[in-house]
Amino acid sequence: MEVKQYDSYEYDVIVVGAGHAGSEAALAAARMGQKTLLLTINLDMVAFMPCNPSVGGPAKGIVVREVDALGGQMAKNIDATYIQMRMLNTGKGPAVRALRAQADKADYHAVMKDTIENEPNLTLRQGLVNELIVEEQICKGVITATGARYYAKSVVLTAGTSSRGKIIIGELTYSSGPNNSLPSIKLSENLEANGFKLRRFKTGTPPRVDGNTIDYDQTEEQPGDTKPNHFSFETPDTAYLKDQLSCWMTYTNETTHRIIRENLSRAPMFSGIIEGVGPRYCPSIEDKVVRFADKPRHQLFLEPEGRHTEEYYVGDFSTSMPEEIQLKMLHSVAGLQHAELMRPGYAIEYDIIEPWQLKHSLETKVVANLFTAGQMNGTSGYEEAAGQGIIAGINAGLRAQGKPAFTLGRDEAYIGVMIDDLVTKGTNEPYRLLTSRAEYRLILRHDNADLRLTEKGHELGLISEARYQNYLNKKSLIEQEMTRLNETRIKPTPQTQAYLADRHVTPLKDGILASELLKRPEIKYDDIIALCGDSSAPIDRYIKEQVEIQIKYAGYINKEKQSVEKLKRLEAKKIPQNIDYQAINGLATEARQKLTKIQPETIAQASRISGVNPADLAILSVYIEQGRIAKVS
Amino acid sequence: MPIVTEYDTIAAISTPPGEGAISIVRLSGDQAVEIAESVFRGPNLLKVASHTIHYGHIIEPQTKKEIDEVMVSVMRAPKTFTREDVVEINCHGGIVPTNKILQLLLATGARMAEPGEFTKRAFLNGRIDLTQAESVMDLIRAKTDRAMQVALDQLDGNLHHLIHELRAEISQVLVQVEVNIDYPEYDEEEITAKMLREKAIMVQQRIDQLLATAQQGKILREGLATAIIGRPNVGKSSLLNYLLHEDKAIVTDVAGTTRDVLEEYVNVQGVPLKLIDTAGIHETEDKVEKIGVARSRKALSQADLIVLVLNASEPITEEDRSLIEETKAQKRLVILNKTDLPQKISPADLAALGVKESPIFASIKNQSGLSSIEQQIKVLFFGGIENSQQNVLVSNNRQIGLLQQAKASLVSVVNGLDAQVPIDLVQIDMTACWEKLGEITGENVPDELITQLFSQFCLGK
Ligand SMILES: Cc1cc2nc3c(=O)[nH]c(=O)nc-3n(C[C@H](O)[C@H](O)[C@H](O)COP(=O)(O)OP(=O)(O)OC[C@H]3O[C@@H](n4cnc5c(N)ncnc54)[C@H](O)[C@@H]3O)c2cc1C
Repeated sequence: MEVKQYDSYEYDVIVVGAGHAGSEAALAAARMGQKTLLLTINLDMVAFMPCNPSVGGPAKGIVVREVDALGGQMAKNIDATYIQMRMLNTGKGPAVRALRAQADKADYHAVMKDTIENEPNLTLRQGLVNELIVEEQICKGVITATGARYYAKSVVLTAGTSSRGKIIIGELTYSSGPNNSLPSIKLSENLEANGFKLRRFKTGTPPRVDGNTIDYDQTEEQPGDTKPNHFSFETPDTAYLKDQLSCWMTYTNETTHRIIRENLSRAPMFSGIIEGVGPRYCPSIEDKVVRFADKPRHQLFLEPEGRHTEEYYVGDFSTSMPEEIQLKMLHSVAGLQHAELMRPGYAIEYDIIEPWQLKHSLETKVVANLFTAGQMNGTSGYEEAAGQGIIAGINAGLRAQGKPAFTLGRDEAYIGVMIDDLVTKGTNEPYRLLTSRAEYRLILRHDNADLRLTEKGHELGLISEARYQNYLNKKSLIEQEMTRLNETRIKPTPQTQAYLADRHVTPLKDGILASELLKRPEIKYDDIIALCGDSSAPIDRYIKEQVEIQIKYAGYINKEKQSVEKLKRLEAKKIPQNIDYQAINGLATEARQKLTKIQPETIAQASRISGVNPADLAILSVYIEQGRIAKVS
Repeated sequence: MPIVTEYDTIAAISTPPGEGAISIVRLSGDQAVEIAESVFRGPNLLKVASHTIHYGHIIEPQTKKEIDEVMVSVMRAPKTFTREDVVEINCHGGIVPTNKILQLLLATGARMAEPGEFTKRAFLNGRIDLTQAESVMDLIRAKTDRAMQVALDQLDGNLHHLIHELRAEISQVLVQVEVNIDYPEYDEEEITAKMLREKAIMVQQRIDQLLATAQQGKILREGLATAIIGRPNVGKSSLLNYLLHEDKAIVTDVAGTTRDVLEEYVNVQGVPLKLIDTAGIHETEDKVEKIGVARSRKALSQADLIVLVLNASEPITEEDRSLIEETKAQKRLVILNKTDLPQKISPADLAALGVKESPIFASIKNQSGLSSIEQQIKVLFFGGIENSQQNVLVSNNRQIGLLQQAKASLVSVVNGLDAQVPIDLVQIDMTACWEKLGEITGENVPDELITQLFSQFCLGK
C-alpha cells in the first residue's frame, strides 16, 4: 500500500545520517544557532564504528585535531571513550607524529548520542530518508519512508555505506547496510533521478573473535603509552587514562596463505561477485596474499572492541571469504588456533556520488542548498567523514543564514587537502587521507591544529569565549618565549661546557643565541632552560613543544612557507566562470573534457587536475592574461 | 554566443639582421597565403601544393614595381612549425629590400609579430613542449653547425629523457619515505635513510655531470668570447677586420683610435667566435680612453679565448710584458705580427717570459699566417669538446639555474641526514629537487615560467 505523506516540521538545516559525518554536521549547524534536524535509520547506530575500533593515526589523527580546533566533537568523544592511546612515528619529525586511540565502540556511540541529544537547537529522530524535495534544482527538504515531509533551508546528506548497500560473504550476498543494518535504496534512485552520477565502491571488514578463546602467550603485547596525550586541545592531562587495555600482535603464515590460495575460486574478490572498486591501501587478506605472493607472513592486530565486551577485532585480516574458509584461516594463525568466531568478516558494496560534482564548500553543483559529506563522497574512514561533516554542517548553517561559504585551503588543513583532492580530481577508489597527499605537512602538524584553526572556529561561532581566550594566551606565550630565546645569549662558561660534555655535545666556541643552540639535533628545549634559566611566564608542555618545533625546524618550515606563497599566487589567478573550453584553441582533448567537467576556480586548482598538463595550463593562462577569454554574452 | 578569438596573421623577418646572403620573411596564420599572393608575381600561391617552393618576384601591388627576386615556400597547416598556414619568403638579404618586403606584407593585412610569437604559437598549438621551445630559440641563435646539432639534440628530447630518468629515481625513494610515514607499523627507518642518502648522492653526481657540460653548451650557443689584445697599432684591428671580412673597426696609424669595444660574431672554421675588439690597454690620461681601457680589461678577464698580438718588428716593451703576464691563465693564442719587417722578437724571448704557447708568425697586412691562426683556433676549441657530440649539453641559463637549485636541494638532503634531521623533513628537500627538475622539462611548471620564457624569444620565431 502507498504510504500517505504529511507535512511535518520546518528547520534551518536537515542532516541525513547520524554516522561520523552526520554527527559533526548536525552539531556544527546547531551550534551556529541553526534549528537542526538529524534523521537516521537507526538511533542505536549513532556514530557507530562498523570497522576497526580506533580513531586517529597518521594524517587521520591530524584531522581529528582540526575538527576539534573548529569546535567539532570527534576529539572530545574519543578522549572520553578510549581504552588505549598511542603516539605514532615518535622517531620521526614533528610533522608526521600522530595519535591513535583504541575506542570502546559501545561507549563511543553512547557518548556521541548523548551529546547530540543534549545539544540545544538539535533534534535527533529515527527515520529513513527516501527522497529529496527539489524544486528548480534547489533542495527544499526531504521525505521519509514513514511519509513525513520536512522542509529546510539547506540539507546535508551523509548516507555512508548504506546507499544501496550489499553485503558479500563468499557465495552469499544480500541487500544491507553496514553490520546488517537497513540499507538505503530509494535515496540512491532519487539522487540519480535528480541528475547525480553515482558509482559503486567496495570495502570490507575482518571477522571478530571471542577474547576468552585467544591464546595471548603466542602473541606480542602492544600496550598503550604511559605519557599522557589527548586529541582535544581542551582535554586536561588529569583525564588521562591509566588503566589502558592492550592490543596484541600476531602473524599469518604459510598455512594461512595456502588455505587462501586453495579457496580463491570462492573469494568474491576474484570470482567476479564484487564489482565495486576497493581501496588499495586497505586490501583484504586474500588480496594481499595474491599481490604480495613472496611475503611469507602478514602482521595482524588483535584489538579489543571495548571494556564491557570480549569481542576482538582481527585487524588487517579483512576478508569476504565464505564463513567456512574464514574459520580455517583464523585457526591457522598463532594465538587463534582455538578462537571462537563471533561475527564473520564481510565485504560491502555501496553507492557514492562522484565527488567532482561538488564545490569546495561541499555543496553539490547539481542541486543548490544540498551538501554531501563522508563515505558517500568517496572517502573511507571515520576521521575523513568527520572532517567533511563539519565543513558541510558549517556551510549548510551559513547557507541557511544567507552567508558566504567557508572553505579551507591546502595550506590550512588536511581537511582542505582532502576536499580539494575530492572535488578537483575525483577518486577512483575509496579515498583515504595520507600524509603524502599534503604538500605542506610541516605546516599542517597535529600539534598546531589549534593555532591554525581556532580563530576560524571562533569566527564561525563554534568556539567558546573561554577557549578562545586560552588560545590567544597560548599564542602570545609562545611568541614571548621565542623572542626570549632569540635574544638570550649562552656563554661558554665552565658550567655550560660541563653540561654539554655530560651529554656528549660539542662544546661552545663562543657565546651563542639560545635559539641557535636549540637548532642542534641533540639539544632539547629543557637543555636550553637548564643553560639559560626558566622563563618568568607559565610555560606548559604545549608551549614548550611549539617553541621547540618552531625554532628547531625553522629552516624547513620557512621553505614550506615559501612554497605556500607560490601556491597563493596561483590561487589568486582566478578563472572566469562559465568559460567555454571548447572555444580555446590548442587545448588537448583530455584537458578540454576535464576542465569542462570540473570547472576549476583558479589556475592552481586547474593545475591539480590530472590530464591537464603544463602546456594546457600555459594556454589557459595566456588566454586569461590576454583577456581573450571566450565570454558568455 | 561565445566570442572565439581567431589568430590574426603575423609576419616578421626571421633571420638575424645582417647575417648571411639570404633573409627570410615569414608569415603565419589563416591569411598567410593570401597576403603573400597579393604581393607576389609567379605561380598562383593559392593553388600550389603544400610544402612546395616557388620562384618569382615581390612586387609593389599598386605600382607593379619589382622589389626583389625571391623563392617562396608555402606550407599549409597543420604540418608546420606553428600548426598554422606558413609562408616563407627567401629574399636576397640586405636590410633595405628585406624591410621593404616586410612593410609590404604589413600593409597588406599582416600584423608585426611580437618577440617569440611564432614559437609561442607553436607551443600554444601543442606543436612543441617547453624544452623544445627553448631549443628552437637556441636554433635561431645557433651560430654554427655544431651548435645547431646541440639544439637539435634537445629537440629530440635528450635532456628531457635524462631528467625524466632522474625524476623517476627520486620519486622511488620519495614513495618509500611516504609509505613509512603512513604505515608506521612496517617501518624500517635506517634502510630508508640510507636509500635517501645514496639516491641524493647519485642524482647529484648526474647533475654535476650535466652542469659540467653547461660551459660548453653556453659557448656553443653564444660563441667563444674572444678578445684580441695588444699594444696600440700592433695590428689588432687589421686582424679583426680580416675575420669580419668587412671594414667595421676604424683602423688608423694613430695610436688609440679604436675606442670602443665592438662585439661581432664570426664563424671561423666552424667555431663560433664572439669577437671582442678592445681599445688598446695602455696607460693614458685621456678621460675617454680611460673608460675604454677599463672596459677592455673587464672584457679581457671574461674572455674564453685571448688572441695576443705582438709587434715582432719592435722589441718587447713593458706593456707587452704586462699583457703576457695578465693573460697567462687563460686560453691564449700568441701572434707575432709584422713578420714582413725586420724581426726584433724571437720565440726564445717569449719562452724566457714564461710563454708556453708556440707563437704564430704572421703578417696580417700581407695576409700571411692567417690560416695558421684560424687552424689554431679550431684546435683549441674542439680539443675540449670533440667527444661530446653524443652527449646531452645544457646550454641555456634557465636550465642551468634550475639544475643548480636542484643540486642545492640535494646538498641540503645530505646535510640534513648528517645532522640527524628526521627523515620526513629531509624529504622536503628531496621533493624540492624533484620539482626543480620537473620545471626543466615543464613537467610541473609554475606559469610565470611561461611568461618569462616567451619574452626571451627573438623576433621572428
Ligand atoms: C564493512 C565496513 C568496513 C569498513 N572498513 C573500513 C576500513 O577498513 N578503513 C576505514 O578507514 N574505514 C572503513 N569503513 C568505513 C567507515 O566505517 C566509514 O568511513 C565511516 O563510518 C563513514 O562515516 P559516514 O558518516 O560517512 O557514514 P556512516 O558511518 O556509514 O553513517 C551513515 C549513517 O547514515 C545513515 N543513513 C544512510 N542512509 C540513510 C537514509 N536514507 N536516511 C537516514 N539515514 C541514513 C546510516 O544508517 C548511518 O547511520 C568501513 C565500513 C564498513 C561498513
